[in-house]
Amino acid sequence: MTKSELIDQLSAEQNQLGYRDVELAVKEILESLTNALSSGERIEVRGFGSFTLHHRQARVGRNPKTGSSVSVPDKHVPHFKPGKELRTRVDNLS
Amino acid sequence: MTLTKADLAERLYDELGLNKRESKEFVELFFEKIRKALENGDSVKLSGFGNFDLREKNPRPGRNPKTGEEIPISARRVVTFRPSQKLKERVEAYTASTLRDKLGE
Repeated sequence: MTKSELIDQLSAEQNQLGYRDVELAVKEILESLTNALSSGERIEVRGFGSFTLHHRQARVGRNPKTGSSVSVPDKHVPHFKPGKELRTRVDNLS
Repeated sequence: MTLTKADLAERLYDELGLNKRESKEFVELFFEKIRKALENGDSVKLSGFGNFDLREKNPRPGRNPKTGEEIPISARRVVTFRPSQKLKERVEAYTASTLRDKLGE
């Protein structure tokens, strides 16, 4: 399912909102999630999961083409932990 | 600080002028649609944010860490999230800004 398919599905079920509103609302949600993470805030959605930042130490990496070493500074990467409801619903299939 | 569904609904109310009930329902439905797709075995690709993919895990031997007792872990399907390049870059910018704060620049 892509973002536009998600928008289609949501607008099919939202009689009170027009397609354009649904499109804007999806963008607004994704933008809010991105803003939260990029300001170091965690996200918690009961039954879906939580997003946190994981810290990565600075390390010495290598340019795979030339083999020369480059220093990679420390950074944060987004991490998602599925919530209980999502975990069980997804696993029910297998 | 933690962002929750209530905060997201508040954003829809403030920024798009949906009423409180519509905002709350929309946020609920947004996450339900994603759960539903994943439940049906469909991965979810939200460009600019990231992909929710499904992975099949083989069974493996496990252990109760308290008692040391061996318990088999059954095969299962799990959700993984791969952040998009854009999200990773925005999060890295946060690291860079906290570093600057530390250095007092």
